[in-house]
Amino acid sequence: MEHIRTPKVEQVKLLDRFSNKSVIGTLHLTATHLIFVESNSTSAQEIWILHHHIASVEKLSLTTSGCPLLIQCRNFRLVHFVIPRERDCHDIYSSLLRLLRPVSYDELYAFSYNPKQNDQQREEGWQLIDLAAEFERMGVPCDQWQLTDVNREYKVCETYPRDLYVPITASKPIIVGSSRFRSKGRFPVLTYFYQEKKAAVCRCSQPLSGFSARCLEDEHMLQAISKANHNSRYVYVMDTRPKLNALANRAAGKGYENEDNYSNIRFQFVGIENIHVMRGSLQKLLEVVGTRSLSMTDYLVGLENSGWLRHIKAIMDAAIFLAKAVTVEGASVLVHCSDGWDRTAQVCALGSLLMDPYYRTIKGFMVLIEKDWISFGHKFADRCDQLDPDPKEVSPIFTQFLECVWQLTEQFPQAFEFSEWFLIQIHEHVHSCQFGNFLGNSQRQREVLQLKERTYSLWAHLLSEKQNYLNPVYSPSFAESHPVLEPSTQACHFKFWRNMYHQYDRSMHPRQSILKQVLTFKESNRELEGTVQALKTKLQKFGVSTSPLKPQTPPRERSLPPRPQSLILGAPLLSRKEVQQEEDEEVFGEEAREDAPASTDGERTVEGSSATENGYGELTGSFGSKNEPAVVTLEFGVARMTC
Amino acid sequence: MELSEHIKTANVEDVTLRRPFHPALRGTLCVTSHHLLFSDRKDEASWQLLILLKNIDAIEKRAVGSSGTITIKCKDLLVLQLEIPGMEECLNIASSIEALSSLESVTEMYPFFYRPSHLTLNGPWGLSSTEQYYKQTERLWDRWRVSTVNSDYSVCPSYPSAVIVPREVDDDKLIHSARFRQGGRFPVLSYCHHRNGMVIMRSSQPLTGANKKRCKEDELLLQAVIDGSELGYIIDLRSAQQAQQARMTGGGFESKSFYSHWKRIHRHHERGKVVQESLIKLVEACSDPSHSVDRWLSKLENSKWLSHVHSALSTAGLVVECVERDGHSVLVHGSEGTDNTLLVSSLAQLILDPASRTVTGFLCLLEREWIQAGHPFQQRCAHSAYSHARLKQECPIFLLLLDCVWQVWRQFPLALEFSEALLLRLAQEVYASNYGTFLCNSEQERCAAGVKENTHCLFQSLLRPDIEEQYLNPLYEPTDLAIWPSVHPQSLQLWTGLFLRWTEYAQNMEEAREEVWSIVKEHHEQAGPDRTNNTLSTHCDTLTSFENLMDELTIL
Repeated sequence: MEHIRTPKVEQVKLLDRFSNKSVIGTLHLTATHLIFVESNSTSAQEIWILHHHIASVEKLSLTTSGCPLLIQCRNFRLVHFVIPRERDCHDIYSSLLRLLRPVSYDELYAFSYNPKQNDQQREEGWQLIDLAAEFERMGVPCDQWQLTDVNREYKVCETYPRDLYVPITASKPIIVGSSRFRSKGRFPVLTYFYQEKKAAVCRCSQPLSGFSARCLEDEHMLQAISKANHNSRYVYVMDTRPKLNALANRAAGKGYENEDNYSNIRFQFVGIENIHVMRGSLQKLLEVVGTRSLSMTDYLVGLENSGWLRHIKAIMDAAIFLAKAVTVEGASVLVHCSDGWDRTAQVCALGSLLMDPYYRTIKGFMVLIEKDWISFGHKFADRCDQLDPDPKEVSPIFTQFLECVWQLTEQFPQAFEFSEWFLIQIHEHVHSCQFGNFLGNSQRQREVLQLKERTYSLWAHLLSEKQNYLNPVYSPSFAESHPVLEPSTQACHFKFWRNMYHQYDRSMHPRQSILKQVLTFKESNRELEGTVQALKTKLQKFGVSTSPLKPQTPPRERSLPPRPQSLILGAPLLSRKEVQQEEDEEVFGEEAREDAPASTDGERTVEGSSATENGYGELTGSFGSKNEPAVVTLEFGVARMTC
Repeated sequence: MELSEHIKTANVEDVTLRRPFHPALRGTLCVTSHHLLFSDRKDEASWQLLILLKNIDAIEKRAVGSSGTITIKCKDLLVLQLEIPGMEECLNIASSIEALSSLESVTEMYPFFYRPSHLTLNGPWGLSSTEQYYKQTERLWDRWRVSTVNSDYSVCPSYPSAVIVPREVDDDKLIHSARFRQGGRFPVLSYCHHRNGMVIMRSSQPLTGANKKRCKEDELLLQAVIDGSELGYIIDLRSAQQAQQARMTGGGFESKSFYSHWKRIHRHHERGKVVQESLIKLVEACSDPSHSVDRWLSKLENSKWLSHVHSALSTAGLVVECVERDGHSVLVHGSEGTDNTLLVSSLAQLILDPASRTVTGFLCLLEREWIQAGHPFQQRCAHSAYSHARLKQECPIFLLLLDCVWQVWRQFPLALEFSEALLLRLAQEVYASNYGTFLCNSEQERCAAGVKENTHCLFQSLLRPDIEEQYLNPLYEPTDLAIWPSVHPQSLQLWTGLFLRWTEYAQNMEEAREEVWSIVKEHHEQAGPDRTNNTLSTHCDTLTSFENLMDELTIL
């Protein structure tokens, strides 16, 4: 609290990003959030911004109406305040600068966040995902693969989890030797086992081969992997980097496997760019789509120049290659990049998702993230800029993974149990530091921080809101008929993910949502069935037969169940009457644009915390005063000057 | 020349047919006057493919040894391959297709021969006429009237025989105004807003010419439109510079000094060849699966198709803004007033008017604003994206309209009563059809050719209950409000349903759509459907009795 000099500023103007509209309200600064409350009493929208979500704060030069403060968030929200007095602006600015740069883990929100659960509930939350059970589900350990305790004390590899699975024939000396020959000690271990063909997906980091070095233990290790699979005589080694990068690494004593030294490997470069390229690409993308009154041409050219979708496709291509090698050829695959925690995680996770329908369910997707990202040491703290920031380490690697999954959900609308809101919500919390799951860079670090004792698990929280993330058209029978997804890699199927990168720019969203409507229908179907069942049993108690009665219920208008206030789906569905009321209001307010359907479709409430807990709803973003002045800011831009 | 004389080889056996995402089939190929028929050789459950020759946009022939391959590219974007044994047969078939797919005479076209058993020719043709529309629209009666000044099509050859004009303007003035407008297309009423009585008018450009001619009657006509209110907007669908240039060729724009109560806004819209070429480029980009993402995006951009969608929706939004938000009447025109003008005025109506968002309302809108209003369908839709023929008057403005409607549906999936399937059907019918609806260029031509007497009406047939059901949007929930679409480029998308229609992707989407249908159906069954009020009330009744029973039992 000592960093907050001015906890409250009144008469602050919030400018809309893409139009000339603005609203007046009060700005509050708390230890965890920056809160804007609109003064207009009827529609009083609130915006809560978690400090951890703020990527940058910028104080622009003074204008006649005040001092502009531009805040950019990691969840792609961008807010533009104008604060009347320069001194207030400066106070807020300098407080924020301090608050958004926590110096120790203890300052992170997760350590103060308390969802009113007792210790037992918290513990249960953390036990939801059990990786040992997951490997068991895959059929490991088995006659060819075993659990090794070599890393029990994190002695062989600091950034790996304690429990690792290796081929039966890989003895401890081989493992230790191989790990010495691999960058950061990340030796080849099992991450996914395709039971049907006994083919394994393994991951590691680059070998320290330089120009000519070799390591017998490492060669043994690969041979062991190869031998563990009787279906195929060779192992694919996928180097997910562009060849040039791999070559350059040789000069630093690193590099890639020499096919001459390893028997039975098939070596393949995939060409996914590194974290710096990805960071730059996203930055370019955001610049383009953040432009006001963007023309179609500039948009498409900008999209192309950012290269973002090209990178997404590269990751997808790699995952498809992996899935094909495993499922069609029955070959085992070893995936690596440089350190084996960015591109490798992307490709392994996405590849497994293509091969295994389980990962396309809500629980399965959590397991997948827990396995390939969290336990294998994707550096969330560095990549997501949680603490002690090094701008060179920040990169949207995990975001790309989520986007790849989204691209798949677009191609296979029935294959996933979850909808895109699930992905967006995970993205939200990767940056929110509200739950312990993504804190730190490795399992070891998480243990040191005692996260399981001191913070809560995101997965439990998400599961408690499960109904909000369901995909209404999910069909388990589709999974049965399509166990392996074969997405089209035709360029036209790679689309810009508007709901992610413009999640807060409501004017861009569809005004009505099929997803939400169908979800509501489905839910009400279920509830109606329940009611009928309950009535029947009740009747039976009284000894009345119910045979001729079909399930009957009142008309839809009255039967919509109240939706829980969720983070994603926004305010509870309004009843018909309320909607009508709103419609009327809106019409008088000359604001038919944000009409009633808009108020019921997916909007979000409080940043980084749930509405159920706070009871705040960021109401429909009908920016702009209700009584528009005579010269309205016209959305379609009546350029009256041109008359 | 009889049509059959074009057919030198009517039947070929042992032809192999290749379609995207289907195994190759062997069978018999037949050419008739209007169709290409392929049938599988298996006797039982034989599979047939029937293609209207009019649907064929281009064919390419290639010789492979003694046999030939014909690639058929259809106007609905389907591409087929036929391997025909025998070079001569192949060439004969190809030349028949070439001749018969580009018939010039309207009365030789298939709609004049289509006689399905379930339809009779005496039924009503079309959904409504200007007079009927006027009669149904009470809000017009006060200030507007139906004029039959064009009953013999002499005042304006492309207008229908009856039009709606301000009550206080007599036919004589209309004739003068028509002389002052290109093609005689004087300002007529297109839509009267139900909320505030403001109107959308449309016309062609005024013929002011280089020396700034004026026409008192035209000025009076427009003055009568705004009737005392202080302002109206003229949305000119050309840039200010283009409008200036038009004066050199006899066209022009309404000058501020003579139309003092009208404010002119210029919005640039591409037309004619440019739009046609956009379609060609877009389809070409879509049909090459080997493009990298960068190449694809640059081709998509280069086609400019989405830019056209963007500007059409923005201008329609602008019109709606003038009418609904500002409460002013609007006159829309470009140069000829038969293309972009209709596009913008009909989109504006879709956004403004809940009545035009039902299946019937939408078809009526198309009938009024496109068919009766004289969009030259025959010229514009002579060829589609594949043709190598030299472009004459082709322009896919109607397709552009359907795309824009699709974009609106994407953003308001509950607001339209019809589904994407209807738009796809229309996209197909407009290029090749069994029905007479899209034949000819104007009502005058249709009358002369006897279209109404000798063909069936597409819209009538789409509205038959069993057919209409296929085109309903299960999620439809009417709203009275204007549905303002977002026109940020990020909010607009490629219409994959049309442009990637023949891919696997479309199939996945179809399955998902069916799933949505079944959920909604289940819901309707349980919760009581809105549309069938009888069942609804019976449901309620039974429920009430159910509840009563419960109450009694509890009391006991």
